[in-house]
Amino acid sequence: MNRYPLWKNLLILAVLVIGFLYTLPNFYGEVPAVQVSSARATVQVDAALEARVEEVLKGAQISHNGLFRDDTGLRVRMSDTDTQLKARDALEHALNPNANDPGYIVALNLLSASPQWLTRIHALPMYLGLDLRGGVHFLLQVDLKGAVEKQLDSLGGDVRSLLREKNLRHNGVSRAGNTLEMRFRDEDTRTKARYAISDTRSDLQFTERSDGSDFLLIASQTVIAQRETQTDAIRQNITTLHKRINELGVAEPVIQQQGVDRIVVQLPGVQDVAKAKDLVGRTATLQVRMVDEDADPNSPPITVDVFPEMRGGVQMPVATKKQVVLTGDRFVGAQASIDQQTQQPIVSVRLDSAGGRIMRDATRENLKKRMAIILFEKGRGEAISVATIQGEFGNQFQISGSFSTEETNRLAILIRSGALAAPMAIIEERTIGPTLGAENVNRGFHSTLWGFVAIATFMIVYYMLFGVVSVLALTANVVLLIALLSMLQATLTVPGIAAIALTLGMAIDANVLINERIREELRAGMSPQAAITAGYDRAWATILDSNVTTMIAGVALLAFGSGPVRGFAVVHCLGILTSVFSAVLVSRMLTNFIYGRRRKVESLSIGTVWKPGV
Amino acid sequence: MEFFRIRKDIPFMKHALIFNAISFITFLLAVFFLFTKGLHLSVEFTGGTVMELAYKEAPQLEPIREELTKIGYQDAQVQNFGTSRDVMIRVPNREGVDPNAVPAQIMKAIEGLSASPPELRRNEAVGPQVGRELAEDGALALMLVIFGIVIYLAFRFEWRFAVSAIIANLHDVIIILGFFAFFQWEFSLPVLAAVLAVLGYSVNESVVVFDRVRETFRNSKVRNLTVPEVLDHAITSTISRTIITHGSTQLMVCSMLLFGGAALHYFAMALTIGICFGIYSSVLVACPLVMWLGVSREQFIKPQKPKEEAVV
Repeated sequence: MNRYPLWKNLLILAVLVIGFLYTLPNFYGEVPAVQVSSARATVQVDAALEARVEEVLKGAQISHNGLFRDDTGLRVRMSDTDTQLKARDALEHALNPNANDPGYIVALNLLSASPQWLTRIHALPMYLGLDLRGGVHFLLQVDLKGAVEKQLDSLGGDVRSLLREKNLRHNGVSRAGNTLEMRFRDEDTRTKARYAISDTRSDLQFTERSDGSDFLLIASQTVIAQRETQTDAIRQNITTLHKRINELGVAEPVIQQQGVDRIVVQLPGVQDVAKAKDLVGRTATLQVRMVDEDADPNSPPITVDVFPEMRGGVQMPVATKKQVVLTGDRFVGAQASIDQQTQQPIVSVRLDSAGGRIMRDATRENLKKRMAIILFEKGRGEAISVATIQGEFGNQFQISGSFSTEETNRLAILIRSGALAAPMAIIEERTIGPTLGAENVNRGFHSTLWGFVAIATFMIVYYMLFGVVSVLALTANVVLLIALLSMLQATLTVPGIAAIALTLGMAIDANVLINERIREELRAGMSPQAAITAGYDRAWATILDSNVTTMIAGVALLAFGSGPVRGFAVVHCLGILTSVFSAVLVSRMLTNFIYGRRRKVESLSIGTVWKPGV
Repeated sequence: MEFFRIRKDIPFMKHALIFNAISFITFLLAVFFLFTKGLHLSVEFTGGTVMELAYKEAPQLEPIREELTKIGYQDAQVQNFGTSRDVMIRVPNREGVDPNAVPAQIMKAIEGLSASPPELRRNEAVGPQVGRELAEDGALALMLVIFGIVIYLAFRFEWRFAVSAIIANLHDVIIILGFFAFFQWEFSLPVLAAVLAVLGYSVNESVVVFDRVRETFRNSKVRNLTVPEVLDHAITSTISRTIITHGSTQLMVCSMLLFGGAALHYFAMALTIGICFGIYSSVLVACPLVMWLGVSREQFIKPQKPKEEAVV
């Protein structure tokens, strides 16, 4: 007799029920919402904020359909897009009184309209990729060589202040490629310097060389330290990108490392592409250098670098020393404000503690001299501020000058967002309009639906009741596949939808194999019950082999594919797994329910079983 | 309903030489077109900028081309796609030009040409290094698929089956590429995915037939069959399944062709060609190859150990 043990039936049913539950959210669609999340680490989204948002909305006479708060932020459901926009403006105005320094990100978003009990069991709709919801995608290449060089630039500053502290005279500390060259007059000082440096830094390796009368000490980072610098650089750049994108107010930005030296930025639903690109693509890095007061910037000697400075619409050249006092990663914060005494617009800057120490030494020695902050963008430097040092200061100082409020705002943003550990460049950009996204969803849905209907009609006509069983198994396959995609929150893209369709088209293979096999066994004269058993058993080896080979192709795509290919591969691989489950187990369970309990089965409803010679 | 009422095994192997000659000629043609015409690679591979614009009313393409030439993009391609109101502009990468700056510049230049400015529906700008990497990754993926399948089949069946299956199916891949070269259809990343999926899919077809071959060899009732007869029998008894399965997959692919729009068009095209040639090659090319490589019954029947008898 064809029966599954009870536990097997229950197990299959349980899987199907869970699959169905997790597929449900996809049918509810989405409602407009406003999302409030924290823009700074010090600002928290808590119950107090929830109360405040409620109050603001009540004050503005905007009704909402519920507030939801979790670790990532607070979401307010709205009835339509008009109220959504109104609510966004009201909240933005109330929560961020100072637009230059927002504490919260107020963004438009879409929320799943599924009931709360589904959300509570983490049943969420599938995560749609950019090509389905519209938005901007950037791929950024991080210059890792630049990261190592930058690290050495800031090491140069450290070394100079260390040598000064230890009273070791040197003839210059400069970076040459990815090494740091230090010149000394005698060997004794060089040895002392070497010990002094290796006492504080363990990540360096040294070589010694003489050049004319100079004794050279050449320091470079060890391979491990270099690698660490590079991973840190990527991490730091990702953090900086997060900060910049916060200013855009995107609901669900994706910022991820890809490969060794790439960063992917995806901003769903962003309409202002130009602004997004300006913020993401800003490749600025900052340096603080001393102005060489003796050099003539119009005919500069080789010991200085000349940078243009924009002041009141006029470009003035500034000659600075080649030594870098500080690099941008020492900057912790910058804010535009007004000096209490002079009522002049200023920028107050904060450095980290190491930066503070270096700054204290540098300012002590260069009192009443000028210091330049240089912004490097796309390999070109520009002095964004040249100011006279008025006193010795540490990790907090103010930049003043004849600035306008606008200029101080710009300067503050530049300093804040300039903290990139390594230069980056956009190497790939993709924009998908929101209407195109919706169209893609629609088209994908229709092609899958009509393909499914066509296959289902054929199967039922050709195999009768066994065709119905096959179609039910195929339906189970769709449900399970969508449930898996929803559970894993894997990104669904256009190729992903194509993969769903293709998987369904291929999955029917297993059922055709089984049905044909059963017919064949019947043709050979087996009894109906035995034919079912033999059909399923013999088809199994074939189904396994053919799915493994398809799976090999899927895994290869997954391993080497990127972007659209990967989206295809994920769905394809998952689809193979669910199709084996549903075609073999689910369909067998159904067949057992229909025929397995009967003591005597006269014939199977599997269409015509034609016998030669009849 | 029953489509396949076959009384006797069809003697496929008798005509094996003809089938192989046909597929060899198609293969050579495909290689010829690949070399003479080359693939029309999408921007993802070559690097450059693509923009899709949607106009309210069908625009004239010539003024757009002129305007683009005026601002220095002589090598830009402007064409309709989908409907006459949708325009696609492609600009290849050039030294010293930032591909990311191109869309804004072009939009500004052509804004004034129509009564209402077009909507930028999609744009893509890819630097040159990305494309090279994609091509390399694609080649690596292909190698991995080939090795994976050969090893698996050699393990589950026999090396002769593995080699025949992979030769037959690689020839499908070349033929798909040949079609894309001949018609100059755009070869994009989704098409690459389709090609690799087809490779897995048609090997699966060969596997079904091989499975039957193995089973027939092991079946003691039909011991008197010669090797070609065994192959004929295996093909004939699986042919209904082959046609029905591929027909069903093709139904789905047709649905993608009809409803999927531009995004899925070439993907579905590649699958259609792959499915058609997949049936042909895995049945009519792989099986003769197995035969010529010298498959025999002995390879499938485990040598029986002589019984150890003991006398007490």
